[in-house]
Amino acid sequence: MKYVDEFRAPELIAKAGEEIRRLADPNRHYRIMEVCGGHTHAIYRFGLKDLLPPNVELIHGPGCPVCVLPMGRIDDGLSLAAQPDFIFAAFGDMMRVPGTHGSPLEYKARGMDVRIVYSPADALKLARNNPEKHVMFFAIGFETTAPSTALTVVRAKAEGLHNFSVFCNHVTIIPAIRAILDSPDMRLDGFVGPGHVSTVIGCRPYDWIAKDEGKPVVVSGFEPLDILQSIVMLLRQLRKGEAKVENQYKRVVPWEGNRAALRAMAEVFELRPYFEWRGLGFISQSALKIRASYAQWDAEQRFSVPGVRVTDPKAAQCGEVLKGVLKPAQCKLFGNECTPEQPVGALMVSSEGSCAAYYNYEHRKPVTIASAAAN
Amino acid sequence: MDSQNAHLAVVDVVGVRRKVDLGLLLDEPPVPGDWVLIHVGFAMSKISEADAADQMQTLTMLGETEAAMQEVRGYGLENEEHDQRGQRSKL
Amino acid sequence: MATPVTKIRFREPQIEMAHGAGGKASRRLVEGLFAPLLFGTSPGPLGDAAHIQINGTRIAMTTDSFVVNPLRFPGGSIGELAINGTVNDLAVSGARAEAIVCTYVLEAGLPTDVLEAEVRAMACAAEKAEVMIAGGDTKVVEHGKADRMYITTTGIGRLLSGVEISPQSVRPGDKVLLSGPIGDHGITILLARGELDLEADLRSDTRSVLPLVQALVGKAGAGVRWMRDPTRGGVATSLNELARDCGHGIILFEEKLPVRDSVRGACELLGLDPLHIANEGQFLAIVSAEHAESALWALRGTPGGEEAEMIGEIREQPAGAVLVTTLYGGSRLVDMLVGDPLPRIC
Repeated sequence: MKYVDEFRAPELIAKAGEEIRRLADPNRHYRIMEVCGGHTHAIYRFGLKDLLPPNVELIHGPGCPVCVLPMGRIDDGLSLAAQPDFIFAAFGDMMRVPGTHGSPLEYKARGMDVRIVYSPADALKLARNNPEKHVMFFAIGFETTAPSTALTVVRAKAEGLHNFSVFCNHVTIIPAIRAILDSPDMRLDGFVGPGHVSTVIGCRPYDWIAKDEGKPVVVSGFEPLDILQSIVMLLRQLRKGEAKVENQYKRVVPWEGNRAALRAMAEVFELRPYFEWRGLGFISQSALKIRASYAQWDAEQRFSVPGVRVTDPKAAQCGEVLKGVLKPAQCKLFGNECTPEQPVGALMVSSEGSCAAYYNYEHRKPVTIASAAAN
Repeated sequence: MDSQNAHLAVVDVVGVRRKVDLGLLLDEPPVPGDWVLIHVGFAMSKISEADAADQMQTLTMLGETEAAMQEVRGYGLENEEHDQRGQRSKL
Repeated sequence: MATPVTKIRFREPQIEMAHGAGGKASRRLVEGLFAPLLFGTSPGPLGDAAHIQINGTRIAMTTDSFVVNPLRFPGGSIGELAINGTVNDLAVSGARAEAIVCTYVLEAGLPTDVLEAEVRAMACAAEKAEVMIAGGDTKVVEHGKADRMYITTTGIGRLLSGVEISPQSVRPGDKVLLSGPIGDHGITILLARGELDLEADLRSDTRSVLPLVQALVGKAGAGVRWMRDPTRGGVATSLNELARDCGHGIILFEEKLPVRDSVRGACELLGLDPLHIANEGQFLAIVSAEHAESALWALRGTPGGEEAEMIGEIREQPAGAVLVTTLYGGSRLVDMLVGDPLPRIC
């Protein structure tokens, strides 16, 4: 496949691995955070940690929109859709996320009309094809997905489709990164910057991380070579004592972002004064809601939302794992009460959540596997 | 390109085809033959062939610059250089 | 005299879709509820077919139900799946299917021509697979209760000579063979449902694997330790079950896995792993190292087996687990499927 296979070429990956080993100062322990859940997933899927020297550590960040969604919001969404003639539509990622009384799939087993969609446009199509029903799209995602939801709402209005609404849980990435950097337990040397969010917001929004916090940021693609090259670029900056924002994913990410996408977002959304992030608490100006001009298509403005606040079980340490303070295996529930089949926290449900990724791909690997793989 | 819905196009990935919404690329609409990044059924960005080729070039040369420099130092034609660790680079 | 009450280990309060997906949840249900109550005190590892002794003759017997939506899809239909699925279960247990009986549960309101098409498909598949359909049963249920039709087939067969299948015989050093490309069936079905607005030139791979099994056994029967057809849950689930049953580790070489480009592309788009996708016309075989090479060539030399590959090997570590390695030295564990494969967006 073009633009995929080349970036998985084994010889080049080996070279990149060697360059990382060459650049990493043996007297330093590097802590690099990859913010985006897609990077977490790629790192595990391609076994990239096996290629890094032990003093280059990758810390998983909070860029997983499913993971940071408070359980109360899932409960709210499901209770809204519990009305007769409602269709609850969401991405596959949401289907197994547990609310207090079950996940969307479990609600489906109990009779709710729950549909998996691949795109907000699919949800609108459902509304078009089912005029007697109301389709509520449970929207999640960072700035990557928000423009698509926005455009879909614009189209719904243009078509005059009133049996469609969006329950909006879109969040923004910069406040999450700020929360990480503000956290006293965190010591980080640099960031592998989100690749797809950056196609929308561009690279400028990360300037403050380099200028004010003195940490280098390299916006990265998702293929093995992309991630390894980004680590090379970070190590080069760190060796020279530099801190700037670089764009490794140039072939896809425009430095200025996507103006049309930003316009669509501004047209439909405004920032909520504050929003609760699972594990990170309330963060101001960190989430999107639908403007009054599109109130008809906002499930929260149209219907009454219970506004349930559900606190995570005390034993679950989702917050610390989300911030990278704890490794998944260090959470007391990991692997016992909390597994991908009976997840307690969202980090275990979402395939990009660090706990699920670690559990599925890594944690039973004994150290000897590294040599088994090499043989 | 779909004539009825000007913002929809059919995208092909190794034989898998899907209708994709181009509404977010209206400022610089892609033409057939272009490669785009798709996310949840919407095209987000055009993939620059030039940048991709550039990147592959950089990746292919990884380590070669250093190797070339080590060779040159080995000739003894320039003053010995010290890298950051204060050690002399040797062949 | 009071008979002891057998306790079940299955603790979940209700049956969910995941229990039918062929992965961990299904295994919990079978091992925790069905096995203790139906199979006696120590059923041993559960295989694709049961081997029974009747008056000194060993026969194999298996049963399977077929629930698929849509009924017809590129490459086949429920009728063919129903025959090939049972023929294959017998084949990978080392037996040649001799006779099949079938049950149809039909939904009232089902058009007759739909039924006719499936029965014809079944007859055709049975003829191709050289198996006799010995009888059957039909029930009709109310509209809304049967998803158009459900088919169950039960087959019996004669054991092939020269092969003895058991997970316990699998040893470190044995090789993992796969008969051909994976993921075709599952992705075809996913696309055929029409919910995902994706199109591809893909067909289900449904077919009888008996000729390939016979070629394999004919060449390397003494070295064949274990076989399975990776249906629901895919290769990952079948191999995880083996790893658990034999206690060893299974290493797969990612670059050797045969996957068609279009399956790969669809999986990339949907965030799915081909190792978890159902197949209806392939099988896995664990073959001793000495026999593996000739076994592979036997498969490749048989019509339909041209794309067979040696995809991995058995090692002591990681015990009980399946590890996939990449050419560049990276690796990841692959577990059984948890529920249904869900398309992933982020």
